[in-house]
Amino acid sequence: MADVVILLDAYASVFGMRVRVALAEKGIKYEYREEDLRNKSQLLLKMNPVHKKIPVLIHNGKPVCESLIIVHYIDEVWKDKAPLLPSDPYQRAQARFWADFIDKKLYDAQKKIWTAKGEEQETAKKEFIEALKVLEGELGGKPYFMGERFGFLDIALITFYSWFHTYETLGNFSIEAECPKLISWAKRCMQKESVSKSLPDPKKVYEYILEMKKKLGVE
Amino acid sequence: MTLTEMAEQNKVILYGTWTSPYVKRVELALKVKGIRYEYVEEDLRNKSPLLLTFNPIHKKVPVLVHNGKAIVESLVIIEYIDETWKTGPQLLPEDPYKRSQIRFWASYMQQVSEAMVLVIKTIGEAQEKAIKEVSEKVKLLEAGLKGLFPDGIPSVHEYSKNVTLLDLVILAHFGGYEAQEEVLGLKLIDSEKTPLVVSCITALIEIPAVKESLNPLEKVVAFLKFFRENALKSATA
Repeated sequence: MADVVILLDAYASVFGMRVRVALAEKGIKYEYREEDLRNKSQLLLKMNPVHKKIPVLIHNGKPVCESLIIVHYIDEVWKDKAPLLPSDPYQRAQARFWADFIDKKLYDAQKKIWTAKGEEQETAKKEFIEALKVLEGELGGKPYFMGERFGFLDIALITFYSWFHTYETLGNFSIEAECPKLISWAKRCMQKESVSKSLPDPKKVYEYILEMKKKLGVE
Repeated sequence: MTLTEMAEQNKVILYGTWTSPYVKRVELALKVKGIRYEYVEEDLRNKSPLLLTFNPIHKKVPVLVHNGKAIVESLVIIEYIDETWKTGPQLLPEDPYKRSQIRFWASYMQQVSEAMVLVIKTIGEAQEKAIKEVSEKVKLLEAGLKGLFPDGIPSVHEYSKNVTLLDLVILAHFGGYEAQEEVLGLKLIDSEKTPLVVSCITALIEIPAVKESLNPLEKVVAFLKFFRENALKSATA
């Protein structure tokens, strides 16, 4: 019986993008459903009653929630192609630790760059760059975070790249000037079709954020 | 002992504090898998240089050091333990879907825990609000357990073979429920409203390795009282 895979998502979501990249890496056919987050579908509310958030992967009718949990799931179900996590337990622990770091430190800082102004925004910019620099240090001279192969941790971080134009424009700073090695890594990842086809146009993300700011009244 | 010596001896060290449920999660994992380890109690107001070396990013406990290498973040540590030592129960089952559910609810426990801490730290209206939040979240957890155990929690004998990461996490946060009840004068979990959560805890406590790792009731009561008094004092200061 063929697998039925549906992804409930929102095109600008860095978390949703992670799942798109993972599915593309594995060559999995799926149905993409765009959610309007101000008017969530019955299906989304049913499939993620706890958090009511996207992304949700629905595999043969059963929901999986939380982007990193979904990526693990995809890696474990479709295990014969393009392994996303390394096989060594210590390497896996490192990948998971840094993905958690991205979700904690990087995510909170980047949000304030586009929602806050003045000093609050400046502090957020500093924290954001600091976090990126730590990640850049972790990358070191390697082509990808875990070495020669694109994988889990690259997926966790690369999706934020589609938002860099937004941060730079609204925050009035250059990420490349601060983290050139990270930008090289990002461009390397973007050369992969699984990544370039899964990430939205940065200009579209910027327009979307401008609209969001209007609606939230944070101009 | 140098890092090289640690590596050669295959030594396992856990840095923690006895009051942290996040440390408890890892302790329980080590114990049910029968892994020998050295425990180092940290004073969080005066962190040891070793702790800061092993966890420079977050500077927190728990930290597991194995073969001289540090692993940090309780759920990451437990998955590492499960993948490295094949003794004892498999903490994450083979089935990818079950694994995803266990990871989801284990991660959710952080929100439940934060709400529980609020109940301990507050009084009056703020506490009422926090109690309501805990109640709603535990109800969701109960529904999650029902999804994982549609036929109820298995017998202790069977269960001790099938203990999962989620069970350990639940026990780490709710294992002190008697102390919580004594200090707060109210129940956050009970066998009527949250039968699966309660049967999970009661089943786990019967496992010898788990039983011996539980802190004595008076010690936990004393700590919770102190913690609560301190929090209330700083709130009004």
